[in-house]
Amino acid sequence: MLKLDNVTKSYGENTAVQAASFVIDKPMMIGIIGRSGAGKSTLLRMLNRLTDTSSGAITFQGNDITHLRGAAKRAWQSQCAMIFQQFNLVPRMDVVSNVLHGTLNRCSTFSTMFNLYPDEDIHRAIDILERLGIAQHAPKRAEALSGGQQQRVAIASALMQDPKIILADEPIASLDPMNAQVVMQSLRDIHEQDGRMVIANLHTLDTARRYCDRVIGMRDGAIVFDGTPEELTTQTARDIYGADDSFSEATTSTQIEARDPRLEKLARIAAQ
Amino acid sequence: MSDTGHSQAAAAQMSKTYLAQIKAKRLMNFIMLVVFLALFMSGFVVAEGRNAGGFWEGLGNVFDFPAAMFGEAVERAHLMPGYLATYFPSLIETINIAAASTLLGALVGLVISLLVTRGFAPVPWLIGPLRRVLDILRAVPEIVIALVLIFMLGGGPVPAMIAIALHTVGALGKLFSEVNENASLKPVEGLESAGANWTQRMWLGVIPQVAPNYLSYALLRFEINIRASAILGFVGAGGIGYDLRNTMSWGVGKYDEAAAIFILLFGTIVVVDQLSSMLRNRLTHGSPSAEITL
Repeated sequence: MLKLDNVTKSYGENTAVQAASFVIDKPMMIGIIGRSGAGKSTLLRMLNRLTDTSSGAITFQGNDITHLRGAAKRAWQSQCAMIFQQFNLVPRMDVVSNVLHGTLNRCSTFSTMFNLYPDEDIHRAIDILERLGIAQHAPKRAEALSGGQQQRVAIASALMQDPKIILADEPIASLDPMNAQVVMQSLRDIHEQDGRMVIANLHTLDTARRYCDRVIGMRDGAIVFDGTPEELTTQTARDIYGADDSFSEATTSTQIEARDPRLEKLARIAAQ
Repeated sequence: MSDTGHSQAAAAQMSKTYLAQIKAKRLMNFIMLVVFLALFMSGFVVAEGRNAGGFWEGLGNVFDFPAAMFGEAVERAHLMPGYLATYFPSLIETINIAAASTLLGALVGLVISLLVTRGFAPVPWLIGPLRRVLDILRAVPEIVIALVLIFMLGGGPVPAMIAIALHTVGALGKLFSEVNENASLKPVEGLESAGANWTQRMWLGVIPQVAPNYLSYALLRFEINIRASAILGFVGAGGIGYDLRNTMSWGVGKYDEAAAIFILLFGTIVVVDQLSSMLRNRLTHGSPSAEITL
């Protein structure tokens, strides 16, 4: 399905991503791990075409998307939704409008300017918000919501795009552990229930282990690990993070040890 | 002991150098002040020499006009409501010229401002040339454009409107682009990742962020344009400026009508100012009843 062939991105002297190659043959949930500056974000941004590739090729279902321009590029972006660490919503607009922004690629500029979204799209947006457990916030401004709620609005907007791939760039890095869990569970459910491919940049190991079917480890722009979570030993993890023997997974853990009943309830809401 | 003695000596040395520095700085400041005053005075003397009447001879007459105007206005205060009613239609014409030109100028300025903001501009090499166009629009006084247009199109409100609108494009285009530079790129990036085109990204990602600032600059410009459109009346563009010129040139005995026109202009500026702060507050904090903006 998705194939990266020696994808490289360099900024002048610096190489952010060095000859990244991997193949994903069926929709699955993939976690990309590595420390800050390892090139994880650049890799996702190249997939979405927010950033141009220096060399190499990205193909999806046999189509080369590396050099798309104009409308073709935007059509690809609508197939390949992206979620950001800082949510990247329009803060002053209401939640439903933000979700409807997922349909922009299908909307004419004219209907965008006058907010002429079709009624069925509005219903669908609210249904998606309902599924993510935040429908009661639909008329509020996005900036009035908490971080975890905003991230779910961003996920709703991504779902509104009806994409084949969802890219998540550090989706839980700005969230507290409880909200992080709700957001990750939502992404997992989207993968399991809708059969969409989800690729998430994560900087914590246990999150990747817990939610992902496959883990790709990056260090200094290069892919240094690619396998199942079971294959990821402590020694490999140390290599990925460039850490010494004092490294333990607990230091990067976001897991909550004592199970909180409120948390489980939230996770169940998110799972619905 | 010798250690403390040494450090004391170092401290004394330090304070000595510091004092010397301070004194040099003070002397420099004093010299600068003297130079400034000398330049100022010589400039004044030159200007005075080129003046037809002379500053000192004329100084006593400066308050003659306001005094005469106030005197006559108070003297014939009972006629004031009548004057206000007489000149109100001209005021409306002036405000219309200002409003139409502000609206037109702001719309064009908005589009150009997005085209000249680094990071938003769809055609980066156009940034430089378009900025120069804005500079030119700001550099040419509106009264010059108005005179040329009046010569070509004849007198009336349309040439004035075009002249003020052109100047407004230049002024607001620059101010808006400075506002744009402070806009967060995150929403724009979010929209871009969903496949939105340039217009959609600007309309939904940038404009909601900067609209309150746009509005406050546009309303400030509206105030300025009311005054500009009043001035253009002096050169035959209609509106209250034309009446003001007439009443003032009629001379002593007609100044109460000029006073009425000044009262109208002043009142308009106050109303516009109050209205604009009200509007801006509403846009920044949101009105309680309009939460859904679908």
